[in-house]
Amino acid sequence: MISPHGGRLTARILEGERKAEAFEKAKFLPVLKIDDESVSDVENLAAGVFSPLEGFMGRADCRSVLNQMRLQDDLPWTIPILLDASPEEAETLKEGEEVLLAKEYGRPVAILHLEEKYGYNREELAQKVFLTLDRAHPGVAKVFRMKSILLAGPVDLIEMSPTPFDRYKLVPKETRFLFKEKGWKTVVGFQTRNTPHIGHEYVQKTALTFTDGIFVNPVIGRKKKGDFKDEVILASYEELIKHYYLKERAVMAILQMEMRYAGPREAIFHAIIRKNFGCSHIIIGRDHAGVGTYYPPYAAQDIFEEFPDLGIVPLFFKSFSYCKKCQSVVNEKTCPHPPAEHIQFSGTKIRDMLVKGEVPPPELMRPEVARVIMKFENPFVESDAENEE
Amino acid sequence: MEEETMTVSIPASLYKKIEEAIKGTDVPSVSDYIARVLREKLSQGKQPEEVFTKEDEEKVKERLKALGYID
Repeated sequence: MISPHGGRLTARILEGERKAEAFEKAKFLPVLKIDDESVSDVENLAAGVFSPLEGFMGRADCRSVLNQMRLQDDLPWTIPILLDASPEEAETLKEGEEVLLAKEYGRPVAILHLEEKYGYNREELAQKVFLTLDRAHPGVAKVFRMKSILLAGPVDLIEMSPTPFDRYKLVPKETRFLFKEKGWKTVVGFQTRNTPHIGHEYVQKTALTFTDGIFVNPVIGRKKKGDFKDEVILASYEELIKHYYLKERAVMAILQMEMRYAGPREAIFHAIIRKNFGCSHIIIGRDHAGVGTYYPPYAAQDIFEEFPDLGIVPLFFKSFSYCKKCQSVVNEKTCPHPPAEHIQFSGTKIRDMLVKGEVPPPELMRPEVARVIMKFENPFVESDAENEE
Repeated sequence: MEEETMTVSIPASLYKKIEEAIKGTDVPSVSDYIARVLREKLSQGKQPEEVFTKEDEEKVKERLKALGYID
């Protein structure tokens, strides 16, 4: 099986006595309230999803990631993992001491071993990660909402927060064990934030032809208005896998994490995460992790050229459509027929049909999948703030 | 902040060869080319295999069973 990024999985979830001690200690520590996205980051750090990171980045790693897309030790890393605080909050916290990270309603989440407090330049952070300063970009907007001080240091997770989707929540240690149990030596990861249409199935099964198994890994967490709700994505994939995949060849588990919409940089980040889950390959499609028209359609594929040492193999897919003449899903290399014969897998078109209560044709979506989506009264996120845990 | 760099010597003829080879590609400089090649080469070394303790393995197995991932 493929090694985790950096050679070993981070394991900082407290158990047994250490957990009980942490709960006790928590009563006397200074508290920093964190939002749901930071809670997800803490959980992913502690569970090894972000291996080899052990905590929130300090200034040197943050600068290195912004400027070189690598950690200080030269390991590829493209998205800074940061924890922000207001000057007033930071003032009460001392470097070298422990801080309790708690949810906004007070539930203890983790202990931060605070090593460093530092300031940063919002414009630089946004421009380097998102390649734009346009506040209409959701990632840029978030950077400009961040508080002005960053806190760094390793975190020890006291307890995973319960979610409505715990049934699907696996950590890298578990997926690695699962893949090994199934006898998979090569596994292709599929990142998604959408319900599956026939085109997705085609891509997944094409990749699966060359690997032992597929790991469908929907991102659960804050999404944009108009995206499918998390429960809809999971239900639709469950239905697809049940009817159209071999049970011994497909696994689905969630990734609880905020989408950054950082396009190319995020594609590398997603690849690192899947490598930690035990995937040897990852599917990278058109405009992976993009939003609007901020990134060229294949920028998220081109960037892999710069990381020959990533340690996970990207499988690139370009555009594909359904050809009425071929009566199958085709791409630009497999079909000689003109565009008039092609039906595009337009998410907007499928969405419009579902909203009107129409079942999309089977060339676009499996009827079982469409029916599951249509069972939900409103399958879409209605506002940008909705869909938070 | 620029990345700290070190100087390494290569034969001038090789430098010229690389310069020719990267013309018209997305590789911005000979230094970048060499860094990419070396990173690729160094990443091909054997990586350590993740080892589970018996206790860990049992715990993970139980949870995967409870969730229905394994029988």
